[in-house]
Amino acid sequence: MASLKIEVRGLEYVVGGARILAGVDAGMPGGEITAVVGPSGAGKSTLLRAINRLIEPSFGEVHLDGAPTSKLDPLELRRRVGMVFQVPALFGASVEEAVLYGARLCGKDASPEQLLEVVGLDPAMAGRDPQTLSVGQQQRVSIARALALEPEALLLDEPTSALDEAARRKVEELVGDLNVRLGLTMVLVSHDLSQVERVADRVVLLDEGKSLGEWSREDFFSGAGERARRLISGRL
Amino acid sequence: MDGLQTVGSALLTLGLVAVAVALSLYERLGLEKEIGVAVVRSFVQLAAIGYVIDLIFELESLGTVALLLAGMVLFAAWTSSRRAQDVPRAFPVAAVAVGAAAVATLGLLLALGVVPATARYLIPLGGMVIGNSMNAASLTMTRIRDDVKEQRPKVEAALALGATSRQAVAPILKTALQRALIPLIDATKTTGIIFLPGAMVGMIIAGADPLEAVRLQIVVLYMLLGSVSIAAILVGTLSYRSFFTPSHQLRLPAAGE
Repeated sequence: MASLKIEVRGLEYVVGGARILAGVDAGMPGGEITAVVGPSGAGKSTLLRAINRLIEPSFGEVHLDGAPTSKLDPLELRRRVGMVFQVPALFGASVEEAVLYGARLCGKDASPEQLLEVVGLDPAMAGRDPQTLSVGQQQRVSIARALALEPEALLLDEPTSALDEAARRKVEELVGDLNVRLGLTMVLVSHDLSQVERVADRVVLLDEGKSLGEWSREDFFSGAGERARRLISGRL
Repeated sequence: MDGLQTVGSALLTLGLVAVAVALSLYERLGLEKEIGVAVVRSFVQLAAIGYVIDLIFELESLGTVALLLAGMVLFAAWTSSRRAQDVPRAFPVAAVAVGAAAVATLGLLLALGVVPATARYLIPLGGMVIGNSMNAASLTMTRIRDDVKEQRPKVEAALALGATSRQAVAPILKTALQRALIPLIDATKTTGIIFLPGAMVGMIIAGADPLEAVRLQIVVLYMLLGSVSIAAILVGTLSYRSFFTPSHQLRLPAAGE
């Protein structure tokens, strides 16, 4: 499967007089993991929501393989570009229902057992009440739920910030693994630079709603991006 | 019977209100002012509507009756929309829902010949329909507003999985409608056992045949059940849209970034 390329051009988002995004340019190459890094309030989560149009950008555009998302049906767009949130927010009385929520809405066939296996959970969990799972397990169910729609890209909004160290590492490994196995383009919002160094291929730096630059992981941690990283790292 | 019909008796019942005020002061509930306003407003409003109804009975004009009912609908919608602060377009939504509930139920009663087309029936019955529909409208709108705010992560997660606004809000809508309708459904179920409805009590005290009072009460109960359901369902299906854009996006700004 060819991987989806995401491009953000001159993106601005103004709500209630506040400029949350004030000009963001960024490229997220197909099949790579791009980390969006920046202090809290930089607009990272808003940028993700603008990519799958959970919010409508005030100015600027997002392109998927060169096509502007403003021309796409928002529901179709969201099925192609899945999203995983900080808090899992699962629905349904069973893990199976939770995993199949989106797939059922659009009449897509999916095997809950297979999806659970893909995210490293025991397929026998399908019948359990999602509320009885640990937060780390719930987060993996929410990743399985996004994968059930067979997306071309995945937006991850601080997916490990509610997890303990062990669960965090497992989700990080899963993200890397899915990226390799499924060739998914991924955008990972994170304020944890060590996580970014472990997981990401590229880094986009945001501050006060503006993009300050983008680098390969190597450049960000030991090359041309090092100065920017040092400037920002005290405020993460 | 005489006891109920003197001004003095009304003043005596105020003594009970004084007990409530004393309790509020003693327990520091801070309700004295609200109780006072309620006492004065209810007196003035009831006295005024008494004279208005008296006048309309004498006029014997159905046009005037319709005008009065329309005024009641608008006032109910205004009250309901003030209750539902932060709900976009609450006034027109409540006006449409309460108005439709009143037209549908009163229209049906008239069309089937259950009640005669006279002010004596239409104004009190209309008042009951409009008042109860107004409460259901307020309950439904405030509940949807609070749940959309509180369950924002769930709503957003559903939208992100390709759900339409309607699908994303469906569980919230269901709870809101249940909350709005269950009190009346339960009251209807237990009526006659736990409490005797106001209209029936009024008729019996006024000297009517108890079986005649029961007949009217049954009409009233079914009418209320119908109108309140219509109002709540209309308010629910109309007002949830105000929280979303046509592109299935939540309108409330995100917390944090």
